Amino acid sequence: MKSFSIGGIHAPENKLTADKATVTGALPSQAVVLLNQHLGAPATPVVAKGETVKTGQIIAKASGMISACIHAPVSGKVLKIDECVDASGYKKPAIYIVREGDEWMEDIDRTDTFVDRFDWTPEQIREKIAAAGITGMGGAGFPTHVKLSPPPGKKAEVLIVNAVECEPYLTADHRLMLEKGREIVMGLRLLMKGVGVTRGIIAIENNKKDAIAYMKSLVSADMGIEVVALKVKYPQGGEKQLIDAAIGRQVPSGALPVDVGAIVQNVATVFAAYEAVQKNKPLIERIITVTGKTLSAPGNFWMRLGTSMQEVMDMAGGLPEDAGKIIGGGPMMGKPLVSLTVPMTKGSSGLLVLPNLEAPRKEIRNCIRCAKCVDACPMGLEPYLFMTLTQHEEWDKLEKERIMDCIECGCCTFSCPSTRPLLDYLRIGKQKVGGIIRARNQKKVG
Amino acid sequence: MGNKFFVSLAPHIHGGDSIEKKMYGVLIALLPALAVSVYVFGVGALVVTGISVLSCVLFEYVLQRFVLKVQPTVTDGSAILTGLLLAFNLPSNLPFWIILIGAMAAIGIGKMSFGGLGNNPFNPAIVGRVFLLISFPSQMTTWPNAFERSYVDASTGATPLDMVKNHFGDLPSFSELLMGQSGGSLGELGALALLLGGLFMLYRGIITWHIPVVILLTAFVSAFCFSLLAPESFYAYQTGSSLGNALAYAGFHLVSGGMMLGAFFMATDYVTSPMTPRGQLLYAFGIGLITILIRVFGAYPEGMSFAIFLMNGVTPLINTYIKPKRFGEVRK
Ligand code: SF4
Ligand code: SF4
Repeated sequence: MKSFSIGGIHAPENKLTADKATVTGALPSQAVVLLNQHLGAPATPVVAKGETVKTGQIIAKASGMISACIHAPVSGKVLKIDECVDASGYKKPAIYIVREGDEWMEDIDRTDTFVDRFDWTPEQIREKIAAAGITGMGGAGFPTHVKLSPPPGKKAEVLIVNAVECEPYLTADHRLMLEKGREIVMGLRLLMKGVGVTRGIIAIENNKKDAIAYMKSLVSADMGIEVVALKVKYPQGGEKQLIDAAIGRQVPSGALPVDVGAIVQNVATVFAAYEAVQKNKPLIERIITVTGKTLSAPGNFWMRLGTSMQEVMDMAGGLPEDAGKIIGGGPMMGKPLVSLTVPMTKGSSGLLVLPNLEAPRKEIRNCIRCAKCVDACPMGLEPYLFMTLTQHEEWDKLEKERIMDCIECGCCTFSCPSTRPLLDYLRIGKQKVGGIIRARNQKKVG
Repeated sequence: MGNKFFVSLAPHIHGGDSIEKKMYGVLIALLPALAVSVYVFGVGALVVTGISVLSCVLFEYVLQRFVLKVQPTVTDGSAILTGLLLAFNLPSNLPFWIILIGAMAAIGIGKMSFGGLGNNPFNPAIVGRVFLLISFPSQMTTWPNAFERSYVDASTGATPLDMVKNHFGDLPSFSELLMGQSGGSLGELGALALLLGGLFMLYRGIITWHIPVVILLTAFVSAFCFSLLAPESFYAYQTGSSLGNALAYAGFHLVSGGMMLGAFFMATDYVTSPMTPRGQLLYAFGIGLITILIRVFGAYPEGMSFAIFLMNGVTPLINTYIKPKRFGEVRK
């Protein structure tokens, strides 16, 4: 079975909620909608304090080339436009809406009826996706419509749907496929038309056999879509790793996926694209996996964006007594949350609670040069060396050793028998080297 | 409830590996070989092993506690391992004070003077062995015969490597060598037991195949070539054809002396071997070749520990110049 070619790890899967059908979550009393839920420039608010909004109404417009629109996830009154602490722990601007009922925009089709209209032009598809504010829902949050329009001179050949869900614990994408498979296939066909490619691949890790079988039953050869089962290995969901695994092409250092002819979209994004085009529905809700070994009722929930993590947690029976660490996302790349007041965003795929026992880190010991970190690195880098070089502030050497290739997957830290915080240092080194490179490029231009 | 959660960056889970798991894993892998040497050398094997292990652990503890004034780390198993590996490189009748000096050299010079586990450029056990070999050449090169199970008054004799190098004596058969029925250092007998331990380490992911396989392969091929080029000078068993003799000669080198011990347990030492698979291949090639060169042309009948010592010295250079295969480097 196929997988990516370098490094990678096997972590305990802990997919506790794989067989829990999705439940529609309670509506929040207040939605706090961050203006920067995507990579790029924050959206510009188009509503004012005191204004009444309907569910699905646009409340902030994309500003600039790389940005995305934002819509009201609930109906009600705009309380204020103010700052709010997000998952990264920093204060970011947000629109606060106090919910009143749930009154939707009239042009949105809220029914479950499957729509298979296919007479859209590629432009229409791209426009509808941009208007719906769709972004990558797997993590980075890159605006989808930007990805669908490759830079001039570059041609995509294949659209790969990232449905591997390689993070332990998370099952949101798995459930989505089982429950909305038809819509996903339709969404993929629309996206393929939107970018102008004839080949589509749905890549699923082999620990989701039911989803593989179901998706296979939904596609046919004349659609140009193939369902590919991949060997379970983390970080298969990394864009470069996924392309390597699915079509055997390696994106060179510093290049884009489209340079090897590929565009990758997360499976939740593909579903959102279906809803945007066929149902006129903007991205205002998503599935989030709320999980942890000591939760009383872990599950997968459809939640409106802007709902506080506290209310999300309540859906799964509330925060357990022994909660030691709360993570927004999965255990390998998720962000540690300082509190549960953080609101849900377009990229919130999971809320994970680790018990006290598993939360603290272990003592840092001498590097025994065992090379486990080197063997684990999916980018072919030398994490132990990065850590030393960062400690010695040798930025030139770090750049030469290609620290900027690091995808921050955490395989190195995960594997180190001396429990060294390799990635913590790598992030510092990357930030520093990235700054140096930007400064140098600016000088060249100026 | 409060906001008293742990906040540290991703990844939030760890694979559970530890220095202890690695070190005690290697120790377990050495048990079959230890059993063979106790069977063959009896009390002598027990005494030498005991003194070596205890003194290594003690030296490490004392040095860390009272000289370097750091938290002793003797429980991590690395000092025990050094002690055991050192013992495996000694004859079973070596006077106890020489063992103490060896342990001192291994831990004191080989490990602690560089800053402890992880910072030593040379494998501590090999530092101890080489130190003793140079300081006490005669005691270090008289080995009790097989099944001489006493520590003090064992009768001594030549090792198989000696016999083959100088063409004399009754060479043990191939299967006797495999099972450990020959003279030599504690860990030089029982190729099969050592191989078993090596396979265990491979299975547990403690080591990868690169170093042992390439050492054995290089040694085999180079010994084979020498014998084929000069059949009169290099042979172990007479098989009737020069090709057969060359194969037997090469095979003999694999199962005798410190070849198995070195390939699986000494050369694979994390700290002193290269970090990348490609670097490890080069390193192992060097060890295999140098070992045979010393065995065939050198003054000593055995060259494994010198070869490893030498290549340990080259490891930093290898690490600087040989990089892992980068993602996206070569288009498939
Ligand atoms: S975090 Fe970076 S250095 Fe560490 S394994 Fe992942 S890509 Fe390699
Ligand atoms: S895994 Fe840890 S101990 Fe091993 S080489 Fe890397 S940093 Fe050092």
